[in-house]
Amino acid sequence: MPQTSSLGEVTSHDVQVFSPEDPLTLQRGGSLDEVHVRYETYGNLNAARDNAIFIAHALTGDAHSAGFHPGARKPGWWDTMIGPGKPVDTNRFFVITPNILGGCQGTTGPASVNPVTGQSYGLDFPVLDMGDFVTVHRRLMSHLGITKLLATMGGSLGGMQVLQWALSYPQDMTSAVIIAASSRLTAQNIAFSAVAREAIMRDKGFADGHYVEQGTTASTGMSIARMMAHITYLSEDAFAEKFGREPQSSGLSHGFGADFAVESYLRHQAETFLDRFDALSYIYLSRVMDYFDPFADPDSCTLIGQHPMHVLLASFSSDWRFSPAHSQRILGHLVRAGVPTTYKEVASDMGHDSFLMAIPDYLDTVAAFLERRAS
Amino acid sequence: MRRDFSLITRWVWEGSRVLDLGCGDGTLLKTLAARKHCRIQGVEMDAGEHVAAIRKGVPVVQLDIDADLDMFGENTYDVVLLSRTLQAVKYPDKVLTAMLKIAPIAIVSMPNFGYWKNRLRLLSGRAPISKDLPFQWYESPNVHFGSLKDLETLFESLNLEIDRYVPLAPSGQASWWPKIWRNWAAGAALYELHAR
Repeated sequence: MPQTSSLGEVTSHDVQVFSPEDPLTLQRGGSLDEVHVRYETYGNLNAARDNAIFIAHALTGDAHSAGFHPGARKPGWWDTMIGPGKPVDTNRFFVITPNILGGCQGTTGPASVNPVTGQSYGLDFPVLDMGDFVTVHRRLMSHLGITKLLATMGGSLGGMQVLQWALSYPQDMTSAVIIAASSRLTAQNIAFSAVAREAIMRDKGFADGHYVEQGTTASTGMSIARMMAHITYLSEDAFAEKFGREPQSSGLSHGFGADFAVESYLRHQAETFLDRFDALSYIYLSRVMDYFDPFADPDSCTLIGQHPMHVLLASFSSDWRFSPAHSQRILGHLVRAGVPTTYKEVASDMGHDSFLMAIPDYLDTVAAFLERRAS
Repeated sequence: MRRDFSLITRWVWEGSRVLDLGCGDGTLLKTLAARKHCRIQGVEMDAGEHVAAIRKGVPVVQLDIDADLDMFGENTYDVVLLSRTLQAVKYPDKVLTAMLKIAPIAIVSMPNFGYWKNRLRLLSGRAPISKDLPFQWYESPNVHFGSLKDLETLFESLNLEIDRYVPLAPSGQASWWPKIWRNWAAGAALYELHAR
């Protein structure tokens, strides 16, 4: 393995990709007069402009996928994967990560100000579709002057965006890397997602989506949504290994506080989440996942079957949110369409969040795949 | 390159769609892509071989040949390969049937348990070890010990017709003994089959 290191200090950029003269028309109807995108790039675009890798983030991710923001102690969310000498090697590749449409970390979303009313969109923001994310990603790509990506890549919701993109515009990329994703949520997946939305929307502070104007927050609902979702991101073994039945430092009081270490951990997760995420973004983005079902279209694989692109699919053995069966479903559709596909089920006991972790077998597979695409 | 690989390379048609079950590090598929311009896809369960195939640029999926072949649909390939793996799967009969759903042609090779040296070794009271069966009994991945005669009987019962057949010497070289000698003279054999 080559020496790996961190990217060091990185910063974000902002760009407007749709304007009133050139609005974004959404797949499920409606339009947006203004769309701003926050993104980061790492590494250098080569002269042939063919070494770009586009990273799509998961439900609550952001544009900051690697390196450190000035003064920050924690690196970007995929620092295990992206950096000098890492699988997405910034010494060789030019890496682009935007914040997603509908998000809340710099890209236009439902909590953004509607230029027409001067107030935040709230629930007037149009309903989103996986294809809308792709439309905005493609705009950013052309803004950066790139006509063909070496790879598109993402985990979980990120992988779902990559799948939609690869099916709709395979000519945009040489390869696609789809990790711990799904092509169709199960009833159980939708159920978890529904409870999270209910917790948020039933919180009085949500104020029917007008909390920005009303000066309230749906913090109770958001905390519950995050705590519950976090349970689905880890496996039972991961919880046992991390916390067991350890008491919190103050000991077991037999009261109803955060007596066990796992309770305190979930509370901490909820608190940090409130600082960085928005309630409307959560309900809009999670809803897109519920409806995503690209293979329902019998012609979904026609285009990708005609373009010689390689796909890497990876799943994790203990992932019960998007189990290996979800990845195998995608695999079946792709191989039947004649798409050259590589699939790896990584042995891991860490659950869905494995895709963010430094698991050697997993990182080696991604590194080997990208290495070949570049040569 | 293994000698039976060059035979297979000769048999596979230019530009065909090839699925290799148990493709190892992808050597054969890579050759087929380079020399015969085939559209290739591999299946390999072993983690080390799997990543070696990825390093060669071969598309390779980590799947269980016994359980997951349905995924490939019907007639989605022109030829399916199974090289020296049939004796190591759980249900060789089901795997053969599944292969000939995926493609009209299957190319299959298998070591011959009936090879004379194996017979001698068994007569001496020990489990056979030879070039084609190179494992100690306790560490062998092989779970079925059929001879070529047994294999051909299975083909017959599954209604599979042999289009081509080459016995292989333990060196892997094609041999041209009369067919009647194969069950004791050949270390292994290579067959091209289609469903009747």
